[in-house]
Amino acid sequence: MTKIDTQFPLWEVFIQAKSGTPHKHAGSVHAADKEMALQNARDTYSRRSEGTNIWVVPAEFITASSPEDQGAFFEPSNDKPYRHPTFYIIPDGVKFI
Amino acid sequence: MENPIEFEQIFNAKIAKGEFIEPKDWMPEKYRKTLIRQISQHAHSEIIGMQPEGNFITRAPSLRRKAVLLAKVQDEAGHGLYLYSACETLGITRDELNEQLHTGKAKYSSIFNYPTLTWADMGAIGWLVDGAAIINQVMLQRASFGPYSRAMVRICKEESFHQRQGYEIMCVLAKGTAEQKALAQDALNRWWWPSIMMFGPPDSESKNSADSTRWKIKRETNDELRQKFIDRTVGQADFIGLVLPDKDLKWNEARGHYDYGQIDWAEFNSVIAGNGACNKQRLAHHIKAQEDGLWVRAAANAYARKKAEKEKNMLVA
Repeated sequence: MTKIDTQFPLWEVFIQAKSGTPHKHAGSVHAADKEMALQNARDTYSRRSEGTNIWVVPAEFITASSPEDQGAFFEPSNDKPYRHPTFYIIPDGVKFI
Repeated sequence: MENPIEFEQIFNAKIAKGEFIEPKDWMPEKYRKTLIRQISQHAHSEIIGMQPEGNFITRAPSLRRKAVLLAKVQDEAGHGLYLYSACETLGITRDELNEQLHTGKAKYSSIFNYPTLTWADMGAIGWLVDGAAIINQVMLQRASFGPYSRAMVRICKEESFHQRQGYEIMCVLAKGTAEQKALAQDALNRWWWPSIMMFGPPDSESKNSADSTRWKIKRETNDELRQKFIDRTVGQADFIGLVLPDKDLKWNEARGHYDYGQIDWAEFNSVIAGNGACNKQRLAHHIKAQEDGLWVRAAANAYARKKAEKEKNMLVA
């Protein structure tokens, strides 16, 4: 067997279950180009009409935040409770607000 | 947070709280290794498992059965791919996984080293082998590694069709001529014991269980899962008038479970060690498929490169 990686680049697959809903990560496939990636994604992740639309993205182009920095990275929103509606005091009996 | 002890504490706390571990999270090296071993073995089983049934696609007795069997074998391919995809998030390549399979470093379920002799074997495999797999996979939906758990959720949604189509084949044969019923009983006789071996060695001898349980990769033991499968299957065999080939099988009121006979673990170990009827054939076929496909993958790569260049030139022009 050859030692070179012959299995094609990795693509991440996102499937929209029905129109109006967001695309959701389904998994990944290997493919030589974008057409093959779409076809492999359909065959692998949508054998039972799981989707109306598929996105494939080369995995190398995805930038992810680092789990180690999770605390610091998301910290700025932790001390801003005034971004939530429950922060505000509304007199009892007021309607439609 | 440079301190590895701190990393380990965070990891353990997540496991304790029942949270999922994601690929980029810190994890003990042994957790990573255990997962690669288990997920790749599972993926290889799906792919090697295509062979015993693929063997009957051209000989299915009707167009309906043929369409069903094709769809089932295609699902096995899909399940293998979900699992490879989950395994690769742990930092191992598909080529390395294949190489481990070919050198024998990675295993696949020993059940697929048994031959499929008659059409009734398609029934027995769906009913028993997929039935046993479902029991295991339902548990693994809650495995602590996120990508593994998500692959399992997807697989479980699809697997029920596999078991039902197999049981349907057995129902039809069992209600057929004496000869057809004998085929069904013969298949059951040959597949029953290997199916209950699928859950692995008894808890007293399972060397991988302790870590897997501690890390919440597995949440039930081999023997618990095996018992669950046997309890479910007895009634299904009775219903269609087939007899499970175990004279010690009987309901134990006190335990609330069926007691069953001694499993031949020497046979199990011998098949794993390479002495099953089909070990060599299964691996040789996989290696051949990989090698025969090499030029196709090379051509696809060359085509993709050429097309990318053409698109770049058009942009410049």
